[in-house]
Amino acid sequence: MTTAPSSLQASTTAATAADGVARTARRRPGGTGGVPAWSRRLTPYLFLLVPLALLVLLTYVPVANMFWYSVTDWDGLDKVKNFVGLENYAEVFTDPDNVRVFYVSLYYFGASFVQMALALYFATILSFKVRAKNLWKGILFFPYLINGVAIGLIFLNFLQPGGGLDTVLLTAGLESLVQQWTGDPEIANFSLAAVSVWRYMGLNFVMFLGAISSISSEIYEAAEIDGATRWHQFWHIILPSIRPILGLSFILAISGALSVFEIPFVMTNGGNGTETFVIRTIWMAFNRNTVGLASAMAVVLLVIVLLVTWLQRRLVPEREVDLT
Amino acid sequence: MTRAITGTLKYTSLVVASVVTLLPLGLILFGSFKTGQEFLATNPFALPQSWTFDNYVTAFTRGDMALGFLNTVIIFVAAIAGTILIGAATAYAVDRFSFVGRGAVLNLFLLATLVPGVTTQVATFQIINGLGLYNTRWALILLFMGTDIISVYIFLQFMRAIPRSLDEAAMIEGAGHLRIFFQIILPNLKPAIATVVIIKGIGIYNEFFLPFLYLPDPDLRPISTSLFAFKGPFGSQWEIISAGVIITIVPILVLFLFLQRYIYNGFTSGATK
Repeated sequence: MTTAPSSLQASTTAATAADGVARTARRRPGGTGGVPAWSRRLTPYLFLLVPLALLVLLTYVPVANMFWYSVTDWDGLDKVKNFVGLENYAEVFTDPDNVRVFYVSLYYFGASFVQMALALYFATILSFKVRAKNLWKGILFFPYLINGVAIGLIFLNFLQPGGGLDTVLLTAGLESLVQQWTGDPEIANFSLAAVSVWRYMGLNFVMFLGAISSISSEIYEAAEIDGATRWHQFWHIILPSIRPILGLSFILAISGALSVFEIPFVMTNGGNGTETFVIRTIWMAFNRNTVGLASAMAVVLLVIVLLVTWLQRRLVPEREVDLT
Repeated sequence: MTRAITGTLKYTSLVVASVVTLLPLGLILFGSFKTGQEFLATNPFALPQSWTFDNYVTAFTRGDMALGFLNTVIIFVAAIAGTILIGAATAYAVDRFSFVGRGAVLNLFLLATLVPGVTTQVATFQIINGLGLYNTRWALILLFMGTDIISVYIFLQFMRAIPRSLDEAAMIEGAGHLRIFFQIILPNLKPAIATVVIIKGIGIYNEFFLPFLYLPDPDLRPISTSLFAFKGPFGSQWEIISAGVIITIVPILVLFLFLQRYIYNGFTSGATK
């Protein structure tokens, strides 16, 4: 794509070189009509003015400020920000309450593998001949479209003592398995991570299904003639061709695990050992007014996400990111 | 023989997954029709004694859900108009012009996709507050339209499919860049606009974090935070909360049933970029 616009540039420079004096009066053939060359050169910047201003103001300035706040003791209100060096970072990694949120994100990270495995299984079976395909697809995908607050409330109801899950277990004669699903710190994170799988599996599933269905059917036909079983087809055709999207899902799994917010916030408000990175950062910044410390937490989170993305791009080099 | 076994396994797994998906939703639906006493006394699987909409009326009126929907619509309309203009303008400038810094601009947008929005809110909050937009709808509108890089990429993809000869022909006829943008580029970007409206519409409708952080005023609450507020006054009235949940889900369900294909396409194209 980078080559195409250069022809336009060539015609612009040619026109400028050919006639600098009567530039405005003369129309270049096939060129920009009555628009003078300087205006043509300015036009892209005018179109980009607002988009770039917002991008810088709402993404880059906050990132830069965050790094700056993270080495100060700022409370969010004070006019003065005192430089404290790496003190905040030391607190992020030494205060047990801060370190715990990293462990909590591991539950969600682990769950995301269960989620991807389920998504891959259902995408594979639904890419072959199945009755009522669209119905299954719709049911499996729909949770992804539901409001996160609604999902939190739905499962608060489902998992409460005497709720839906307990009733199912009691009817099945498994009363020994009944637990305080969101109340017991030993179990709460598993419950919340499972809710997260319920919510997000559908997106992975539809993405995988899209990637699988873009594989040409001739490949399957050829494989079938060669006597390949379904398992062979999965292992040698499907899996290799959806590797890029698996890689992408892996990055999303890590940044998703670290930025979990809605489900634990709505269901337990971060109690019973379910506090996540984002809940703790928000609490630090807006309830305890330690913006400096909260920024250090956020910087750590950002750096981890960037590092993982970079590693993934290094490890899976065949996924060329199409820039333009 | 193995065919039959795998066939059975396939359908069994699909049925199990569907039950797991639908059961929590179904129980909330049952609950929303029960009376308060009934909800506490009966088994969650028991059908409601009468299918009355009393809880829905209570949830809708006392939970201020009409106001919530209205606020969501206002924010959605403004943010989506802004997103379309920003996405299309960026795509037009980057795809149709060659200029100094073009590569840098593209890299700025690409790099920004790597920064998860939730990580920077601590500092973004200070900017919104500094602009005097805290606790106004503008805070959300600005954030929804200014940080949506996925939409920019969707527009860029579709822009490439619009033949250059269209804008060149208009130029020969003497049209300026603004006219070309509004009369040729935007109308030809309709499929991109439809995709962005659907994905972003669902995203805005479901967004909880931003309104929770920036719009504490009960009069300005969109639907997410309106529903969240149910946890306070209706804390133990699960039949009312259930009705509120169903009211929140129904519009999305209707949209999904009518626009299934576009929704699937939108999310797969949005997610892979």
